[in-house]
Amino acid sequence: MAQVMNAAALTLSQVRYVNKAFWRNPASAFFIFAFPLMFLVIFTALLGHGTVRISPTQVVNTSTYYVAAMASFGVISACYTNIAISVSFQRDTGVLKRINGTPLPSSVFLGARMVQALLVAILLVVITAAFGRAAYSASIPTGLTLLRFLVMLLVGAASFCALGFAITAVIPNADAAPAIVNASILPLLFLSGVFIPLGSNAPAWIVWIARIFPVWHFARGMQAGFLGTAFSWTDVLVVAAWGLAGLLLAVRFFSWEPRA
Amino acid sequence: MGAMAEPGRQERPAIEVRGLTKSYGGVHAVRGIDLTVESGQIFALLGPNGAGKTTTVEILEGYRSRDGGTVQVLGYDPGRKPQRLKSRIGIVLQSTGVDRYLTVTETVAMYAGFYPHPRPVDEVIELVGLDAKRNARVLQLSGGQQRRLDVAIALAGNPDLLFLDEPTTGFDPSARHEAWEVIKNLAALGKTVLLTTHYMDEAQYLADQAAVISSGRIVAEGPPATIGNRELARARIRYRLADGATPPADLTAPAGPDGLIELAPEDLTAALHRLTGWALDQHVELTGLEVTRPTLEDVYLELTDSPAAQARAGTKEPVGRSPASRRGWRRS
Repeated sequence: MAQVMNAAALTLSQVRYVNKAFWRNPASAFFIFAFPLMFLVIFTALLGHGTVRISPTQVVNTSTYYVAAMASFGVISACYTNIAISVSFQRDTGVLKRINGTPLPSSVFLGARMVQALLVAILLVVITAAFGRAAYSASIPTGLTLLRFLVMLLVGAASFCALGFAITAVIPNADAAPAIVNASILPLLFLSGVFIPLGSNAPAWIVWIARIFPVWHFARGMQAGFLGTAFSWTDVLVVAAWGLAGLLLAVRFFSWEPRA
Repeated sequence: MGAMAEPGRQERPAIEVRGLTKSYGGVHAVRGIDLTVESGQIFALLGPNGAGKTTTVEILEGYRSRDGGTVQVLGYDPGRKPQRLKSRIGIVLQSTGVDRYLTVTETVAMYAGFYPHPRPVDEVIELVGLDAKRNARVLQLSGGQQRRLDVAIALAGNPDLLFLDEPTTGFDPSARHEAWEVIKNLAALGKTVLLTTHYMDEAQYLADQAAVISSGRIVAEGPPATIGNRELARARIRYRLADGATPPADLTAPAGPDGLIELAPEDLTAALHRLTGWALDQHVELTGLEVTRPTLEDVYLELTDSPAAQARAGTKEPVGRSPASRRGWRRS
């Protein structure tokens, strides 16, 4: 028990340092935090006046659609992109190797990074929701919908963090990190209807790709909270399965030392 | 120095290595090393790049697994990666980073928080001389200051044993001397220090005990003053002669490119007496006259079979004629 308390206290204090470093780094504060908000403003300003058919029976305002989509993008950005790039950088500059030479348990170090990413993700979702509410009267999840929404948010954030740790295994060095991370996530964001709604006449191959990868399922789960679409536990399970796979790959292939 | 720790502290050596081996894909990096580092000592591991220094040290630190041999560090086997060992050692790696956006104080405090019995953060910062920079972010520090921060982080947990892997590589001379003072201070605190370096003056100045490692083997071991039978090697007399003067035939030699005549006589005292006696009699001035002992660097070059040593192999000169030695030795 004392050990658990100790690990929790250590994780918390570690979260504080990770958080300080995050906000003081202009690249992370801008590309991770400001990007989703900027996209939200741009997309809604450009396309916000139309409507999107999200199911044969349901049509929503494009602006509301983007509030949900950019909340998803924010979570992916804070968890997957942020962790993959900054951990690769830490690995390459020897921060990880140094940490690994101290008695700090690796679970505490990695756990603190996940918690900090989750906090940024929650902040982004809250800001996005508040903006959507104020500017476009987007609906905010409440009651049971809110609970389901939170489950999707937490499962999604944790899974994308795990995938962020896992992808560092194929990143040869810090210089390559932004390219590999963006090359792995940007196409999926487009193919999963986050940036551009897929609509009812999207090509079948795109729909199939969307169904295989976790982004579309995660975005659907988040949509359910904002748009009142049907919430499917299958979406949660698919995202969780990806997260679990990421975790296993990370445990197996994660490196604490720079790649020579 | 550190070797003279108070009695009772020396129950057992801080580090004991027997028959250590390690290969990387068929390349034998370490080929059977024995090492004993007594508690409270500053021990220098000398050797050229690629000799196996870092591999050896990283095995002791628990970063690498070994292929063979036994290793005890503070009584633990580092191959089992015991958490307790990690909390009693401090490590300065050749190149490690820290988060660049934290301040010096935040960084040291963060690392101190990982250890069960840390040293006060301010004390550590003072010890490495970063007081003036305590609120500066890491990215604002100079290279030398960052290296001192590395040392501060290694000290944060108040370790009993410190590993310093080439702690002053890339330093300017004054930064190196400052770093040396820091390391000396550590010994005064009763810490055991295992230092790797390829600077001979560093080993000479700091170490109680040194070992020279070459191609994965220890080729010499001992106190820096006597390692490689350095104390037995002949001293050299060097001087410059005015034109036309002819000293006794056994006290002269063709002048080198720098105009200096160099001798390594069997009986130094007698040779020096006769040479200066002759000069006084003849009213000849022996400009630049000096007597030097072979430096640790000379011994090192002999032992490690470096290109410089090979270049001299055919000349039958006694130890102590390498060009490197002309740089002078102020600290022996």
